[in-house]
Amino acid sequence: MFRAMVGIGILCALLIVVTYEFTLPIIKKNKTEALEKAVFKVLPGATKKITYKLNDDKSFEEFHQERQKEQLVYAGFDDDGKLVGLAIEASGQGFQDVLNILYGYSPESQTLIGFYVLESKETPGLGDKIEKDKAFLDNFSALDVSLEESLDALKNLVNPVKHGTKKNPWEIDCITGATISSKAIGKIIKESSQYWVPIIYNHKDSFKQ
Amino acid sequence: MNDSLWFIFINASLINNFVLAYFLGICPFLGVSGKLETASRMGGAVTFVMIIASMSAYGIHALLITINAPFLQLISYIVVIASTVQLVEMFIKKISPGLFRALGIFLPLITTNCAILGLALFQTNKGYGFLESFVYALGAGAGFTLALILMAGLREQLDLADIPNVAKGTALTLLIAGILSLSFMGFAGLGG
Amino acid sequence: MEIQTTEKKKGGFFESLQNGPATDEFIKGLWRENPVFVQVLGMCPTLAVTNSAENALAMGLATLFVLIMSNLLVSSLRNFIPKQVRIATYILIIATCVTVADYAIQAYSLDLHKALGAFIALIVVNCLILGRAEAFASKNTVSKSFWDALGMGLGFTFALLCLGVVREIFGTGTLFGFPVLPGSFQSWIIMILPGGGLFTLAIWLLVFNGAKERKAKKARAL
Repeated sequence: MFRAMVGIGILCALLIVVTYEFTLPIIKKNKTEALEKAVFKVLPGATKKITYKLNDDKSFEEFHQERQKEQLVYAGFDDDGKLVGLAIEASGQGFQDVLNILYGYSPESQTLIGFYVLESKETPGLGDKIEKDKAFLDNFSALDVSLEESLDALKNLVNPVKHGTKKNPWEIDCITGATISSKAIGKIIKESSQYWVPIIYNHKDSFKQ
Repeated sequence: MNDSLWFIFINASLINNFVLAYFLGICPFLGVSGKLETASRMGGAVTFVMIIASMSAYGIHALLITINAPFLQLISYIVVIASTVQLVEMFIKKISPGLFRALGIFLPLITTNCAILGLALFQTNKGYGFLESFVYALGAGAGFTLALILMAGLREQLDLADIPNVAKGTALTLLIAGILSLSFMGFAGLGG
Repeated sequence: MEIQTTEKKKGGFFESLQNGPATDEFIKGLWRENPVFVQVLGMCPTLAVTNSAENALAMGLATLFVLIMSNLLVSSLRNFIPKQVRIATYILIIATCVTVADYAIQAYSLDLHKALGAFIALIVVNCLILGRAEAFASKNTVSKSFWDALGMGLGFTFALLCLGVVREIFGTGTLFGFPVLPGSFQSWIIMILPGGGLFTLAIWLLVFNGAKERKAKKARAL
């Protein structure tokens, strides 16, 4: 009995390890491609991606390893090697479950220039408008996140407002019928940009090709 | 993760109820929701096993990361969960025969309950820590028990109703579960 | 991936198809003992991932693959597996097959893997697979077990597609992503929500029960 069990155990382990070794490079490639595609989506015009890690002393350095718990940003460069902007990951509670998003920030114009939902379980047909609604996505073509003179905080925090009442360039026009989902996005971006934008802007020279 | 613990609890028990939103553990849900008493006992047993399974899954995950073998995740989860349930069963039998009689029959059934494995997988995917996993398991168990008790209450009433032959059994139970699932959608947004 | 495996095996077992018993093992899973509609097994994937026809098909094929692989392994090892620990051994074998399927799907398409989520891993606890290993593969020859798995797996896929197609057509007005209903159709969002899954399955069961009832009535009248 013991020998049979060991034999079956070895057979199973062998099968798994062979599959794992065989598929690992393909899966890795797929994941990198998917991330690259998302980064290029939030940074219009970018054709090359470099990953940076945020160190404890608030400086950035290039990062090429397997991700553990590091805080990462993705820099996108265009064909001429000019920095288009940085893609930042953020997450927070949505209507149904946690929302994971990616947004693009351009230090040059000091605006957010793109937005993409990485993972969401929002109600199909209502909450998932945050991925499809064109008017909502247009909010993120030039959302103002410029800094104070002192360069350590945002002049105006990103603010989600009721549909049709957007007046200032730092406000997000929410969607009727998906109010909570779009507000949640606004809140996530507000909190994340408050943290990231000053750090990135003050180190914008570290992102070079 | 910046979710508060309360949030995780609400999320697992009401917003994303394991039975009504993820359909995990729907087999016992359809099977033992006939009587209120069995339903509440089953709920208790599942909650209990969920907490234990969640704790052991947390341990295994940490171990697998240190030895760098993510491909063993599924196998070790299922084997460990199955054997923990067995151990717990023996343990309870020795320590508290009263509790064993109350949970006894359900414990072996729970081993193959997808809600348990589902819980372990979800908590790993979400990257929960020890305390968060515990609260998540507690919430999931509470949600499961709640759904089971609600269902049992409804079905006890239905015993007295006149139902056409075609609809008897699973079909009717599924229809009720559908309505319950819709009403649980009203909880969405509680977290925001 | 799954389809290739099926076709490769088909050649080897072709002769047994012409004999009565193999065809019988194959047909029974498809209809008479359909795992979902008749035996009501494997409910959780049936309901959770059938919000579109594509997901339903992928889930069905993944289950089919795992079922065939585990049935083949269990039946060919059936004389070596010690009786006392057979269930644990089956679970070990099934978990291996599922892990293989999981990585294969991840390598094939990340989007699909994301859509099916943890439900691929949850094939392990699909009672259908353990049920077939214990009730059939542990007592029958390799070729018989293969046909049994193929029949049951296709029956399962068929049932998932029944749900997936209905839910996708009414829920989004499309089928496999192609629009089939006129643009003026206001889609019933409820169909792709969890509740819609329960309703659709309930309605299919009503249809099947109704058909059975009518048949029984006819038989009685004769």
